[in-house]
Amino acid sequence: MTAPAPRIVADRLNSRLFRATRSWEAILMVVAVAVFIGNTFLSPYFLNAWNLSDATFNFTEKAMIAFAMAMLIVAGDIDLSVASIIALASTAMGLVMTAGAGVPVIVLVGLGTGLICGAVNGFLVAGMGLPSIVVTIGTMSLFRGIAFIVLGDQAFNGYPPDFAYFGQGYVWWVISFELVLFALFALIYWAILHRSTFGRAVYAIGNNATAAQFSGIRVQRVRFILFLMTGVMSGVAAVCLTSRLGSTRPSIATGWELEVVTMVVLGGVNILGGSGTIPGVVLAAIIMGMVTFGFGLLNVPGIVMSVFLGILLIGVIAVPRLLRGK
Amino acid sequence: MSVLKSREALLALAILVAIGIIAMRFPAFVAPGNLANVFNDTAPLMLLAIGQMIVILTKCIDLSVAANLALTGMVAALMNGAGMPLPLILCAVILLGAALGAVNGVLVWKLGIPSIVVTLGTMTIYRGTIFLMTAGKWVNAHEMTDGFKALPRLVILGLPVMSWIAIAAVLIFAVVLTRTALGRAFYAVGGNAHAAVYAGIDVGRTQFWAFVMSGALAGFTGYLWVARYAVAYVDVAGGFELDVVAACVIGGIAIAGGAGSIWGAMLGALFLGVIKNALPVVGISPFWQMAISGTAIILAVAFNAAQSRPKGRLILREAAQ
Repeated sequence: MTAPAPRIVADRLNSRLFRATRSWEAILMVVAVAVFIGNTFLSPYFLNAWNLSDATFNFTEKAMIAFAMAMLIVAGDIDLSVASIIALASTAMGLVMTAGAGVPVIVLVGLGTGLICGAVNGFLVAGMGLPSIVVTIGTMSLFRGIAFIVLGDQAFNGYPPDFAYFGQGYVWWVISFELVLFALFALIYWAILHRSTFGRAVYAIGNNATAAQFSGIRVQRVRFILFLMTGVMSGVAAVCLTSRLGSTRPSIATGWELEVVTMVVLGGVNILGGSGTIPGVVLAAIIMGMVTFGFGLLNVPGIVMSVFLGILLIGVIAVPRLLRGK
Repeated sequence: MSVLKSREALLALAILVAIGIIAMRFPAFVAPGNLANVFNDTAPLMLLAIGQMIVILTKCIDLSVAANLALTGMVAALMNGAGMPLPLILCAVILLGAALGAVNGVLVWKLGIPSIVVTLGTMTIYRGTIFLMTAGKWVNAHEMTDGFKALPRLVILGLPVMSWIAIAAVLIFAVVLTRTALGRAFYAVGGNAHAAVYAGIDVGRTQFWAFVMSGALAGFTGYLWVARYAVAYVDVAGGFELDVVAACVIGGIAIAGGAGSIWGAMLGALFLGVIKNALPVVGISPFWQMAISGTAIILAVAFNAAQSRPKGRLILREAAQ
């Protein structure tokens, strides 16, 4: 009954450039430009070098975790404990600071705590074969719980003045140290995921862990390393955030796991694993930072922004599926 | 089945041992009145754990339950402030809770979005909605009518109504899960989705109903919570979803779906309830509670994994990806 399928003749070359314009990253790029232009019109204070520089702080720390989280999610796992790792790492830094440690020790303790937390997650997931969602929901309680045991309703203050550089320092003019760190990690993670055998292994595991195992990839070791990386990046974020705020409370970075996961998913990473790119996550981070900053300029309360983030998280996944269904 | 049974017996034993140890040093803890208090305190956790358990049975997870509870609780408080009768409020919270659950369910069913993403999103959306409705204002005790506040505390046969509701919910859902087609479908979908399809079960729709039930329970608990504590604000029950998941995991509900019983969920909730209430008695700072539930989740999931190697024969292999 049906008419014979029309013969499709390509009317243009399926070039790399053409395919790139149809990609998720291209859509993100358009959105980023639109957000930028929209913000410029909505608020006269937006287009100012120092204001834009301030805006980058909205995403740099979260994005650093998002790079590692993106690889973890591509491999088919997830880490919901990242915000709690920040809390614990920040508390550990506060402890050694109170004991009189200098800046290098404080930073090392922050990074080390992240590494240890990542190792705990990695051991439970890759070593013992437990599901990452439940494990990291558990460690999410555990890590922040330890911070609460140490601090209760108190806070650590009085970090040494030199320590402020990581979160408040500028490398050159309006280019902050955090922004440089963000760009550096973006490059590193791009190279790891897209230009190394480790990155290929991550995609292979996310698409079919069994097949990856049979092609000689040490699946559990890769997964363990991914959790280590996510832990360390949370430690880096903890150093930056603690330095920027100048104090540690056990409730520090509450809800960041949601924002980091949203960033990764908005960046086009498949939440079920197997696909996604670092440039996508970079664009998503910039978009989220600019939107948050624009809302801030318009005096929109933080909780309304989180509603927006929630809608964004679901919408980003739902809309393509709705369109494909039609 | 015998493994499952022994698992619940083990948990019940652990709770009794914990109570026994506390009783040796603090006999007042085991006074019937105090134990009834502990049970009553745990009732909201039990109600939510029942809903969460059904969702987890179908291989999903519902992180929006606490936000759902807070939103419906706030709506109940506002309806009460507007002078609406209690029966209407009760119907409204159950329907609203079910509707919020249905939103999760539809997104999972019709769009196939992973439940963790859906409910992570709706968790913030629901809580943010409270702020949008109230601009962050609280509804305090003096703004609630006495009838509204009295129902959960009303004592019948020595136990407050809230406890009786939890007991009733456990009994009702025990029947639903083991004696109805839908109840069996929850297990079938989580146990082996492909086999469930061949058995004529609509996997998505079953998951949808799980979310609706979880939502309805959360909505009803929202009223109970707000009425009992006589206050409603944006952050009511903040982070409670973790306790609920913890109760299920401790109760032996397999996070991979398809295994677990209502008694496990109830005992898991009771275990956390006993610990939470014992901490101040034993003289440990309440700040320890978060770390303890975290540890309990990890230990329980490790224990579950060690115990739940597949029993019985595999009659239908899962299709290759």
